[in-house]
Amino acid sequence: MKLRETIMKLVFLIAACCSVLAVALICIFLFMNGVPAIFKIGPLKFLTGTVWKPGNNIFGILPMIVGSICVTGLAILMGVPVAILTSVFLSRYCPKKFYGICKSGINLMAGIPSIVYGFFGLVVIVPLMAQLTGKNGNTMLTASILLAVMILPTVVGVTESAITSVPESYYEASLGLGATHSQSVFFAVVPAAKSGILAGIVLGIGRAIGETMAVIMIAGNQPRMPKGITEGLRTMTANIVLEMGYASGLHREALIATGVVLFVFILLINLSVSMLNRRVPYGD
Amino acid sequence: MSKIDVSNMDLYYGDFHALKNINLSIDANEVTAFIGPSGCGKSTLLKSINRMNDLVPGCRITGEMLLDGENIYSGKMDVNGLRKRVGMVFQKPNPFPMSIYDNIAYGPRTHGVRSKAKLDDIVEQSLRQAAIWDEVKDRLKKSALGMSGGQQQRLCIARALAVQPEVLLMDEPTSALDPISTSKIEDLAVELKKDYTIIMVTHNMQQAARISDKTAFFLLGEVVEYGETEQIFSMPKDKRTEDYITGRFG
Repeated sequence: MKLRETIMKLVFLIAACCSVLAVALICIFLFMNGVPAIFKIGPLKFLTGTVWKPGNNIFGILPMIVGSICVTGLAILMGVPVAILTSVFLSRYCPKKFYGICKSGINLMAGIPSIVYGFFGLVVIVPLMAQLTGKNGNTMLTASILLAVMILPTVVGVTESAITSVPESYYEASLGLGATHSQSVFFAVVPAAKSGILAGIVLGIGRAIGETMAVIMIAGNQPRMPKGITEGLRTMTANIVLEMGYASGLHREALIATGVVLFVFILLINLSVSMLNRRVPYGD
Repeated sequence: MSKIDVSNMDLYYGDFHALKNINLSIDANEVTAFIGPSGCGKSTLLKSINRMNDLVPGCRITGEMLLDGENIYSGKMDVNGLRKRVGMVFQKPNPFPMSIYDNIAYGPRTHGVRSKAKLDDIVEQSLRQAAIWDEVKDRLKKSALGMSGGQQQRLCIARALAVQPEVLLMDEPTSALDPISTSKIEDLAVELKKDYTIIMVTHNMQQAARISDKTAFFLLGEVVEYGETEQIFSMPKDKRTEDYITGRFG
């Protein structure tokens, strides 16, 4: 019996180690291959350079960093309010009969492959945008609208469970003071779920900034500083995928270094999630 | 003068007959205590006075319940307005996870008070009335969750007072508190009856005897006896009341 316990413990330990090892290996690989390139190019030149011309050995990824941030920011701006209101509806307004349909619909959204989202963007949003702007429809706005849709399930999942887990006593206390259902939901329940909602938003940011396929298909991918929301742009993820197939030498290393920068972004985002989770719900 | 009149009231949770033919009149500016063993319906009656029972699916009420002569369960009754007039303090202190100030200001804000000066005034008045002003005046912006249980409960009373109710329902307000906090809440209830009508559910018979003017004894969904507290505790008319208050069951 004792032996079996020990063996099982070992099995669990090995399983846990595997995932930790995978992350560690990815880190090591990425940094070993990417960091030297950054220093070869010059960290400042690489991070703040606005020209990306691999043929001339000019590697400035600022346009892509700005592109990723812009697209993600816009997507959050459009997607998060919808996601929060959806969560509020699901947990506080939705009739029981309707809940199952809504919830499984949203879960299904999370399972749709991003290439399918990309096609949807290409066939529906791009032509629409082309009509509206009179230009080519592959724009920052197009990409962020699609991303806003794509982050919905992630954000809704986390915020809905945060809102649902708010103690019923807050809601009752608010009703007891003569507040209406809506007032109680929006002024007592939702604020109490603040930290969970923030965690959902941050996860959404992570999802949006890491998205690749769908964005490539509709963002235009010009490696230059984004000029406006109706112009095309290239994100960091797109930069890597588009050129990795034929790159070699310093070009290849520069692409991996782009991956390093993206990875650092994701690390920061995850760090802030864990900080949010550690924080006590309110004040002291 | 009677503030609340209940006549021939029956309440069902689905098939369960929770309150049977209740007839009570509750006077203004008095403390009325509801006592009785667990599950006897005293909290149920309390919650039907501000219609918190509406939240319970399958809850059905027949008969009449009047607040100042107005039927609480008539279709014309504005439920939110009713709950503003009939405030409630719950068994477990349930301050919002906000600052002390925002907790008190919550009610007035939902009823449309926007002016900072007016809110400041309401907050101070309410906290003073709940006898907690001196303890919290220097940390109004701090979280209410950092207070002790007894302080939280007095904060909840202050929060209820901030919307200027006429009646204050207290559902076993001291059952989660230590003796010192309990005695503070009891003193407070006696103090507050000057301005409010107070109805308190309690499991603690000494508490009912100490602070209430009238007492109603509930058993299995019925009011067995209702009258002056002194009389109920010194010479109960019903044998069952006597058995309960002398500790023979319950």
